[in-house]
Parts: sequence; C-alpha cells; structure tokens
Amino acid sequence: MHWIILPVVLPALLAPLIGFVMRHDIVLARTASLAGTAAFFAIALGLTTMAADGATHVYRLGAWPAPFGIILVLDRLSALMVLLTGTLAFIVLVHAIATGWDARGRHFHALFQFQLMGISGAFLTGDVFNLFVFFEVLLIASYGLMIHSGGKERMRAGLQYVIMNLAGSTLFLFALGTLYASTGTLNIADLAARIPEIPAEETALVRVAAILLMIVFAVKAALFPVQFWLPATYANAPAPVAALFAIMTKVGAYAILRVHTTAFGPGVPGTESLAGTWLFPAAIVTIAVGAFGVLGARRLMPLIAFSVVGSMGTLLVSVAAFSTTATTAALYYMIHSTLAAACLFLIADLVVTRRSADTLHPEPATAQNGLFAALFFAAAIAMAGMPPLSGFLGKLLVLDAIRAPGFIGWAWSAILVGSLFTIVGFARAGSALFWKSTAIADPVPQTAVDAAADTPSHATTVQVAPVMLGLIALAALAIFAGPVSAYLDDTSAQLFDRKGYVDAVMDPVEEG
Amino acid sequence: MELIVASTVGVLTAGGVYLLLRLRTFPVILGLALLSYAVNVFLFASGRLAIDQSPILAKYGEATYTDPLPQALVLTAIVISFGMTAVLVMIGLGAYLEAESDRVDIEPEMRDATDKGESA
Repeated sequence: MHWIILPVVLPALLAPLIGFVMRHDIVLARTASLAGTAAFFAIALGLTTMAADGATHVYRLGAWPAPFGIILVLDRLSALMVLLTGTLAFIVLVHAIATGWDARGRHFHALFQFQLMGISGAFLTGDVFNLFVFFEVLLIASYGLMIHSGGKERMRAGLQYVIMNLAGSTLFLFALGTLYASTGTLNIADLAARIPEIPAEETALVRVAAILLMIVFAVKAALFPVQFWLPATYANAPAPVAALFAIMTKVGAYAILRVHTTAFGPGVPGTESLAGTWLFPAAIVTIAVGAFGVLGARRLMPLIAFSVVGSMGTLLVSVAAFSTTATTAALYYMIHSTLAAACLFLIADLVVTRRSADTLHPEPATAQNGLFAALFFAAAIAMAGMPPLSGFLGKLLVLDAIRAPGFIGWAWSAILVGSLFTIVGFARAGSALFWKSTAIADPVPQTAVDAAADTPSHATTVQVAPVMLGLIALAALAIFAGPVSAYLDDTSAQLFDRKGYVDAVMDPVEEG
Repeated sequence: MELIVASTVGVLTAGGVYLLLRLRTFPVILGLALLSYAVNVFLFASGRLAIDQSPILAKYGEATYTDPLPQALVLTAIVISFGMTAVLVMIGLGAYLEAESDRVDIEPEMRDATDKGESA
C-alpha cells in the first residue's frame, strides 16, 4: 500500500516541475497546481476512507522495521488532518488564481505545493525527527509565500516571522537532543513504549524534553506567551496565504495532541500531567489576548488574525484536558476554526482590494456591498461561535467537555466572555466597513488606490465561489455534526489507545 | 572532555541568545548561526561522548562504539540550518533594501498607518 506516502510525494514532484519547467507560463502552472491539489484532495479522501476501518496503517520506507527505519503512520487523526489540508488548499488555490494573487510574484504555485508537502508530511510522520524535518519544509515554503509579491511592511513582517521560527527550530533540536539522550529513540511509538519504563525519579530529562517540545509546538500554535508573531505575520501576508496559514497553527495543535498524548500522555509516570498543567492557563490567557486584540484592532486583517489567536486558545483549552471527550470537541473545533479563519481572510481580501486600505473606517460603498456584507456576516458569526453555523456547536462541545471542577470556572468564563468580545469586535468592524459606508452617498474620487486600481470592482462568480464553498463546508459541518462527532469520537479513542498504536508500529510483520 | 563540550554549548547558546536580542538584522543572523552551532554540538553529544571509536559495531560483545544516529541527525540539522541561514540573509537583505533600515522590530508608525503621530 503505497497510498500513504502519496500526499508527500505528489507535491514534492509537482513543485520543482512547476518551479523549473512552467515558471514562464502562468496558465500552465495554474493548471498543474490546480490538478495537483485536486489529486491531493482525492488522495486525502481515499486515505480517510482507508483509515476509517480503525486500523493504524504503517508505511515503512525501504521496508526497514520500525524503530530503525523512517515510518509514516496513517490513523484516523492524521487522515482527518490531511483531508482538512486538502480541502483548505483547494479553496485557497481557487481564490488565489481567481483574484490573480498568484501572478503578483514569482513561484507562488511551486511554493504552494512545497507547503502542502510539508504540512501533509508533518501530519503523517511517526517519528519526531522527521516531524522536525517536515516542519522545516513547510516553514521554508511559508517564508516564500509570506513575502510573496513583496512590499516594505510585508518584508519586515516576513523577516520577523523567519527569525521567530528559526529560533523555534533551534529549540526543537535542543528538545530532540535531550529526548534522544534520555531515551535513545525518536520514534513516537518507541518513545511511547520506553518512557513508561523509566523510573519516575529519573524522568527529569524527559520532563525537560516534554516541556521544550511543548514550547516549540506552542510557537507554531500561537499559544501565549509565544503568540506575538501571529498577528503581524497574518495581517501582512497576502490574504490567500494567510488563509492557507490557518492550517499551520493547527499543525502545532496536532503535534501537541500526537506527541503529548502518545509519548508523554496519560498513564506515563512523571510526564502525564505535565502538558495539561501548563497548557491550560496558557490557553486561557491566549483566549483573552485574542479577545482584546479583536476588540482593539484598527485594521481588518489584524482583527481576523487576533480572532485566529482566540480560536487557538479555545482549541487548546480543550486539548489541555487530555481526555477523549475533550479531544473530540477539540478536533471538531479544529476543523471549524480552520475553515472559518480561511473564509474570513478570503472575504477580507475581496473587500480590502476594493478599498483604499484595510482600516476600519467608513468609505464609499464598493460595488456588491450587500454581497460582501452578507459573506462577512456569515463568516464572522461562524468565527464568533453564533448559531446556526458550526462555531456554535464547536464551542458547545468544548464547553460540555470541560466540566472538571477547578477548570470549569476559568474555561467557561474565558470562552464565553471571549466570544462576546469577538462578537462585539466583528460587529464594530462590519458596521464600519459595510453599513456606515452606505451612508456616504457621494463617491469621492479615489486617491490612494494603488493595488486596487487594476482589479475589477465587481467580483466574478469564481472569485466569490471559494468563500461560498468554505461557508457551505461550515454549514455542512453543522448539519452533519452527529456523524462527524461520532467519527471524531472514534478518532480520539484511537489516539488514546497508546498500546494499539505501539503494537501497530512496532509489529514486525510486513503489510505488503 | 565533558566540561569542555558542555561549556562550549553553554557559551555558544548564551552568545546566540544575546545577539538574537539585538534587534538588528546582522547581529540576529549571527546569533542564529551561533545558536545552530550550539545545537549541533549538543545533538552530537546526545549520543554520549566516545573518542576514537568507529560508528559501527566491530564485534559483538565487549567492543565499544560511538552512536551513529546523532551524527546523522547533526548532518541533517547542519544542512537545514545552512539553507535557512541563506534564506534569512536574502530576506533580511530584501527587507533592508525595501525599508532602508535594518531594524527587526516594527516601528510604531508601521504598525498602523492611521496613527502616525502616536508614539509607542
């Protein structure tokens, strides 16, 4: 079964082909990139059906047995994440092509494919060192995408983003060195088998490694106190890239779930309560940072970026509980918040390119003001967690899962008050952008239009379609919440079945 | 031996962190390079220090050997940090040429185009 490695190999082959062969022909590059992303989505769908049987599929590269060779592991969780990546990538790519963002700089499509390769590799790998390698692949592609089409502020924000992540990578290597020195392995399943055997009084180094790894993943997941890079990065990235980056914070959350559940998770003396103890208060503060940021933002893009920070806080509050019900809620909220954030960034792109700037002050109404207002409203209520879209159900699941005394007070008040702040912030932004602008009847001659000058004022169907697709996905997530959460229940049960994971990976029998 | 390696890692890390906090592009790049040297030595030492040993088991039993895996890890880490430093230099140069300033932090007037008069 070579299907498991295809989400890594396909973009890895396609990207250099686009970068070297098709770099002068944007139409060819677009076609190849679209076809590749569609194929990626189809493969992800196939892998999800393959993983739905509940078995942990292991792909051993070069048929080397598990602790020695490189392995990829496909279970329900990784299949789900790859499918989410495929869905998001397709939506974002159609938007980038329809709005012409991909033609405003070079190598957008090649970098996009490399980014897909890194993300899917990070989701599929069963080895912490390969997790590091795939992190670097997705980061180096994201550096290129971040500064795509250039500009003074974007370069400056991009530089900060690169430095932040390089420092994070160094920390990652320190964590891996510590882990290897104390356990002698970096295979996640082997770690899960060996760490419980270490006597509790000798786990000091392992605990250090666990916390270092958590800090590294927290940098990716934008958790307080290392969340400060996110608003500047997302606000200055090209909007489709910011929408794609919605999955990057989830890579951090996924890594925390995978490593800190399987390797350091429940039932391991010394490290079992470590992650939750630190994660929970940090996530609560992250919600507060996000909420105040949304309330205080003066521009549209930072506003959405801070709402992403807040949603990561909600997600990690649920992750921090490290129980099956809370993980189910976290996964549901993860799918929702990825799509909702992407929708918001894409709508913001449609709106901002038709205005002089993305500041939140009334300007003469753009063409199709009503359509944009409706789309923004729908995505905003999804992000804030209002019915009828999936944000409401996601937050409800998270609230329902966190009932432990000592947690419930903090978690419920943070999430509910944070949601209120988010609603107020989005309402203020929406009324300034769409409602008050209708009061300005006389369209003043546009002076400061730079990038918007060559874009048509009317959005074509193709330009609006990706946003619509995202919103339909959110609605479907709400309508089919029953089947989805049943599947996610199985997913988190499989994640917490550490013995099953270890046995499947370390099993010497070849699958063929 | 252990003392030398440990203090080397410590000094390199301290220097790296100090330079990282300088908030000008060139010292920051140097700081990240120092940090990556520190982490490479650290990774190398994570397989225990063994002098004059081959990385392969010569004979089963009493023969000692040095762990080959950290060496492979260090090689990967060196290649990645080399590539990343090159990318960082290019982006830093681009940002310097665009903004005509090599400061890493975003100045108050760049944070928000609308309140230029506001101080940090």
